[in-house]
Amino acid sequence: MILKVNGRRLRVQAHPMKRLLDVLREDCGLTGAKEGCGEGECGACTVLVDGQPINACLVPLAHARGVQITTIEGLGGRHPLQRAFVEQGGAQCGICTPGMILAAVALGDAPPLDRMRAGLAGNLCRCTGYTAIYRSIRQASRSRAGRRTAGARRPAMRPRGK
Amino acid sequence: MVGAISNRTLLEPRDIGTALRMLRDEGPLVPLAGCTDLYVSLNFGTLGATRFLDLWSLPDLRAIELRGGALSIGALATYTDIIESPLVRRRVPMLVAAAREVGGPQIQNRGTIGGNVANASPAADTLPVLAAAGATVVLVRAGGKRRVPVTAFYTGYRQSVMRPDELVAALEIPRLSGRQWFRKVGTRAAQSISKVVMGAVAHDDRPPSVAFGSVAPTVVRVPGTEAVLGRGESIEEAQRMLLAEIAPIDDLRSTAEYRRRVAANLLALFWRECRRGGSSA
Repeated sequence: MILKVNGRRLRVQAHPMKRLLDVLREDCGLTGAKEGCGEGECGACTVLVDGQPINACLVPLAHARGVQITTIEGLGGRHPLQRAFVEQGGAQCGICTPGMILAAVALGDAPPLDRMRAGLAGNLCRCTGYTAIYRSIRQASRSRAGRRTAGARRPAMRPRGK
Repeated sequence: MVGAISNRTLLEPRDIGTALRMLRDEGPLVPLAGCTDLYVSLNFGTLGATRFLDLWSLPDLRAIELRGGALSIGALATYTDIIESPLVRRRVPMLVAAAREVGGPQIQNRGTIGGNVANASPAADTLPVLAAAGATVVLVRAGGKRRVPVTAFYTGYRQSVMRPDELVAALEIPRLSGRQWFRKVGTRAAQSISKVVMGAVAHDDRPPSVAFGSVAPTVVRVPGTEAVLGRGESIEEAQRMLLAEIAPIDDLRSTAEYRRRVAANLLALFWRECRRGGSSA
């Protein structure tokens, strides 16, 4: 089966009921998505499917056919949210961070606080108390707005390897 | 994941007719769609089944549309589909409220209303809404179809009248007049299973419809309580009747006593906010 991950097409041979999380980590070598709870509570395994956040621990490989998957690796380390999480202390132990950033990507540009809260409700963080995470998302929104004003051409999200 | 994956089989029909024939001829099969409940059981090794039927990609079962006077919601409609549907927002805002409180966005993007109904959990968030709305479950099987009211669908804890060769195709919700109300009480605002969950309609032309989850082995309507409210008796009288009509238990999420108190409080809150001539919320 062909899996479209971060703009690349990867051929994987795995059982159709294998969890997408395990396929990404074991068959694709993409270990950014973590297993926290294994029951859809913590969001550490969050990846984007056609731009929507999902829990990769609850999705069978069969349901990844024909969709675009984005993992944290697909942001290439240069996404404004990634930089903002580093600078604002949005990441501490780091386990929740890949899922948290991808859930934040799905919120789009400059989400108000209530949308941040609702949009990140499926991502648990035991370190930050969340305020540093909200601060990070606000900084990323400002930096993107600043770049737009400055006329920069780089898109907000660019999959690596394409 | 607990348990060997190699002895599992996933049948992947291309259309509903094939799915129903597989269910009839190649069963027993466990249907799966959004997998937000099923994969939890698989991950923890609490599901012994080895043969599964994939419904997720079937066309036709996802539509949200008006049929006759009723709102028909396809079984594969996700909570996100429901939240974003202008039709559901206009006709059944309490269902939108319930869908917003299911898990977080990741769960709402995958979990389906058909799965919530078929999974038959007494704590399911949409079931009190469907019961209060007088909704009907549309069941299909190879060569047949039947309609069962949500209030007659459940026969016991995680038991329903659905047969092994049947699938939930849709939920049909009649037009409702009067104010709708939904409230879920859990440990947190998000990502929690309900301790008590309530859906209700203060009809313009008849006694209210009131339904609760997590206070009995199945979702329950409380007809005695509805009648007391409909006769205009005091809320205290209605609460006394309610406590005779529900049977909550102590479990890992809450206690029976707490659930009784909260259920009675929710009833009073609903009636204060929604009864005709009452103050608006």
